[in-house]
Amino acid sequence: MIHSMTRRAFAAAGAAALAASVGLAPAQAEDWAPNKPIEMVIMAGQGGGADRLARLFQSIIQKQNLAAMPVLPVNKGGGSGAEALRYMSDNAGESHKIMATLNSYYTTPLRTDIGVDIEEFTPIARMALDTFVLWVNADSEIQTLDDWVAAVRAAGGEWKMGGTGTGQEDSLVTAMLEDTFGIEITYVPFKGGGDVAKNLVGGHIDSTVNNPSEQMGFYQAGKSRPIVAFTPDRLAAFPDTPTATELGHEIVYWMQRSFVGPKDMPAEAVAYYTAMFEALSQSEEWQTYTQEKALMADFLTGDDLQAYFLEERAKHAQILELMGEGSS
Amino acid sequence: MEILSLLSDGFAASLSPFNLMIVLIGVTAGLFIGAMPGLGSVNGVAIVLPLTFVVPPSTAIILLAAIYYGAMYGGAVSSVLLGIPGASTAVATTFDGRPMAQQGKAGLALIAAAVASFVGGTISVVLFALFAVPLADLALAFGPAEEFALVLLAFTTFVGLGGDDILKTIIMICLGLVLSTVGLDLISGQPRLIFGDLPGFYSGISFLVLAIGVYGVGEVLHTIESSKSAPLVTPAKLTFRELGAGLREMNRLWKTMSFGSFLGFFVGMLPAAGATPASLMAYGLAKTTSKSPETFGKGNIEGVAAPETANNAASTGSLLPMLTLGIPGSPTTALLLGGMVMWGLMPGPMLFIEQPDFVWGLISSLYTANFAAVAINLALIPLFVWALRMPFTVLCALVLVLCIVGGFAPSQKLHDVWLIAGFGVAGYLLRKASYPLAPLVLALVLGPLMESSFRQTLIAEQGNVLAFFERPLSATFMGFAILFFLLPHLKRVRWRARKSGVAPAE
Repeated sequence: MIHSMTRRAFAAAGAAALAASVGLAPAQAEDWAPNKPIEMVIMAGQGGGADRLARLFQSIIQKQNLAAMPVLPVNKGGGSGAEALRYMSDNAGESHKIMATLNSYYTTPLRTDIGVDIEEFTPIARMALDTFVLWVNADSEIQTLDDWVAAVRAAGGEWKMGGTGTGQEDSLVTAMLEDTFGIEITYVPFKGGGDVAKNLVGGHIDSTVNNPSEQMGFYQAGKSRPIVAFTPDRLAAFPDTPTATELGHEIVYWMQRSFVGPKDMPAEAVAYYTAMFEALSQSEEWQTYTQEKALMADFLTGDDLQAYFLEERAKHAQILELMGEGSS
Repeated sequence: MEILSLLSDGFAASLSPFNLMIVLIGVTAGLFIGAMPGLGSVNGVAIVLPLTFVVPPSTAIILLAAIYYGAMYGGAVSSVLLGIPGASTAVATTFDGRPMAQQGKAGLALIAAAVASFVGGTISVVLFALFAVPLADLALAFGPAEEFALVLLAFTTFVGLGGDDILKTIIMICLGLVLSTVGLDLISGQPRLIFGDLPGFYSGISFLVLAIGVYGVGEVLHTIESSKSAPLVTPAKLTFRELGAGLREMNRLWKTMSFGSFLGFFVGMLPAAGATPASLMAYGLAKTTSKSPETFGKGNIEGVAAPETANNAASTGSLLPMLTLGIPGSPTTALLLGGMVMWGLMPGPMLFIEQPDFVWGLISSLYTANFAAVAINLALIPLFVWALRMPFTVLCALVLVLCIVGGFAPSQKLHDVWLIAGFGVAGYLLRKASYPLAPLVLALVLGPLMESSFRQTLIAEQGNVLAFFERPLSATFMGFAILFFLLPHLKRVRWRARKSGVAPAE
C-alpha cells in the first residue's frame, strides 16, 4: 500500500518525465494494474461529441475509483484522427495508452495511406452507438426535411454544411443526403463538433449534421432546431423530430463510441481495461447520460468487437467508394 | 441585485478558512508548475482534477481557479529569469523581461509582471461579472473569416511595430508558418513535410519544442560565447525598498495596464484566439502609444506590464465561451469542462439561468485566487531572484537540463529532444545574424489557426477572397491590419518630410 502510494505521488509530481522509467517496472502477470497515469487519446478536437464523452468517461472513472491511476485525456484530432491513429500505431505494446474511437477509425486509414492497419490494434470495449440529427439555426425558416431540400436546391450548390472533416461521419451523411435528393452542398470542415455547432448558431454555416450531445445546449436555449434524425426510430430526447426512414428515405447512420489499445497490448492490461469499462457501463452516471443525450448504450468486447470493426470497415469502404473518396 | 447577493454568497464560501487554505496551496502549486518550462496550467489542472471529485464542488472550483491563476502568474517567471517562455502566452513577456533581468532588474520585472497580472485579472473578472451573457453573442459572431482577420492583425502588429528590420521579421514569420504546416493537414488529413516518413513529425512541431530550442538552448549558447573569458553573474538583488519603489513605478503604468486588460479580455473571449495573440497585441499597442517606442525590447517595464495584463485578462475571458457556449478555448478550459460535466453541470447557454450559484461562485473564486496569487507571487520574488545569483557555470547547466526535461516530458519522444538541439543551434545562428526570434515562434503558434480559418472561409465562400472585406467585423480587423502594416512606412515618410525642412502643415 505504502509502496503504491509513493509511486502514485511520484508519477503525479514528476509528471510524465519520470513516468517512462517507472513504466519499466515489470508488470505482474496476475492482478495487473496501471502503475502510471493512463493516457486516453481522443481522435477528435476539443468540445465535440467524442471529446465530451471521453472526458465524461474520465470523470466517472475517477469518481467511482475504477482505475488505480488517473486518466489523462489527450486530444489528437489532426487530419480526421490520423494523428491519433499514427500515435497509437507508433506505441505498440504499450499498456498505459488507450484510444477513444469514432467512425473515422475506419474511414481515415481507408482514405489516406498513413501506414496504419486497424486490424492490428487491440479492441477493448464498445460503449455506445451515437446518433445523428440534421440541424438548422432556430432563426431559419426551415421546419421540415422538404423545406430543407428546397432551400438547398435554391442555393444552387452554395449551401454551407459544416462538419468535422471530409471523410468524417457527418460528411458521409451529407453525401448520402446529396445522393438521395440529387442536391449539391458545399461542405466546410471544422476542428470538432463543438466548433461546428457554434458556427451554426453564429450563422456562419447553413446546416449541420451534429450528434445530439453537441447541439443539446443550444437546442435547450432555443437557438438551434432539429429537422430529421438518422435513426431507425424517433429519439426519446426529440419526440417531435421525424426520422428520415419514416419520411421514406433510407438514411440510417450510427457512430460507434469504443476504446482500443495499441498493437500487442499485454493480455492482462486488456483484461483490466475491459473490466474497468464494464463497471463504467453499469454506473448510474453513464445510464443517465445516455438517456439525456440520446445515445444507445451497447456494450461489446473482445473478438465480437473486432468482428464488428471489420464489418463496419467493409461497409465504410463501400460508402467511400460511392463518394469517390477511396484511397486507391 | 440578485447578482450581488449571489456574488456575496460566493465570496463567503471562498473565504472560509478551509477554502482559503485550498487557495493558498493551489496558487503556490500553480506558480511552480507554471514557472517550469514544459509544464503549464494544463498539467496542473489535469493532476488536480481527480481530487476535485472528493471535495465539495464549491471547493473544487476554487482549487482549480487557484491552480489556473497560479500557473498564469508563474509563466512569467521563467520568461524573465531564463528567457524561456513557459507557455506561448508568455512569449511577449520575454521581449523586455529578459533584458531587464540582464540589467540586474529581474526583481523589478517580476514585480511588474505580478502587479500587471493582478490588474489584468481584476479588470477582466469585473468585465466578466457584468457582461458575460451579452458578450456571448459577440463570441458567436466570430466565424472563420473573423478568426483569420484577427490572426492577421496579430501578425501585423508585429511587422508594423516591430521596429527591427522589417524584411527579417517577415522572413521569420514565413519560416514559422512553414514549420506550422508540418504534420497532418487539418482539412484533407494528408501528411505534410514529414521528411520521408519520420513518425515524430506526424503530430507536427509543438510550440514548446521550438521555444525551448531557440530561447533556452540558443540563449545558453549565446551567453557562453559572449562571456567565455569572464563568467558573468547577473547582479540581481532585491530589497524591501526596491519592492516599494517597484510598486510605485507600476502606478505610472495604469494606462498601459488598463488597455492591456480590455484588449486581453476581448481577444481571449473569442473561442479560437486566446491569450497568445492577446498578449502580443497588447505589447504592440503599448509600443505604438508609447512616447519612446525605441526603448521597447531593451528592458522597458511597460513591455512587461502590457503582455502580462493581457494574458491574465485573456485567461479569464477564455472562460466565457466555455461557460456560455460550451466551447473550450484552450486545453485548460477543456479540462474544466470535463470536470463540470462530472459535477452534473451543463456548460452552455442555459448555465447562467439554471445554475447561477455555480457561475457566481466561480467568479468570486477567481477573484479570491487572483488576490492570493499576487500576494504569494510578491512574497516569492526574492527567492526567484536569488536563483539568478548562482554562478553562471551552474546556471547554464541547470537551464540545459530544464530544457531537455521540459521538452521531453509532454510528448515523451526523444524525437523532440533532437529537435530542441537542432532548433537551439539554429536559434543561436539566427540571433548572431540578428534575426528576431519572436515572430518565428508566434507564427508557429498562430499558423494552424490562420491556415484553417483562411481555408474554411474560402471553401464556404466559393473561393471569394473579398469575403474577408464583406463582413463588418472581419473588414474592421482587416482595415486595422493594413493600417498597422503601413504605419512604419507612413512614419518614415513623415520623418523624411520633416527632415528635408518642408514643415508639414498639421
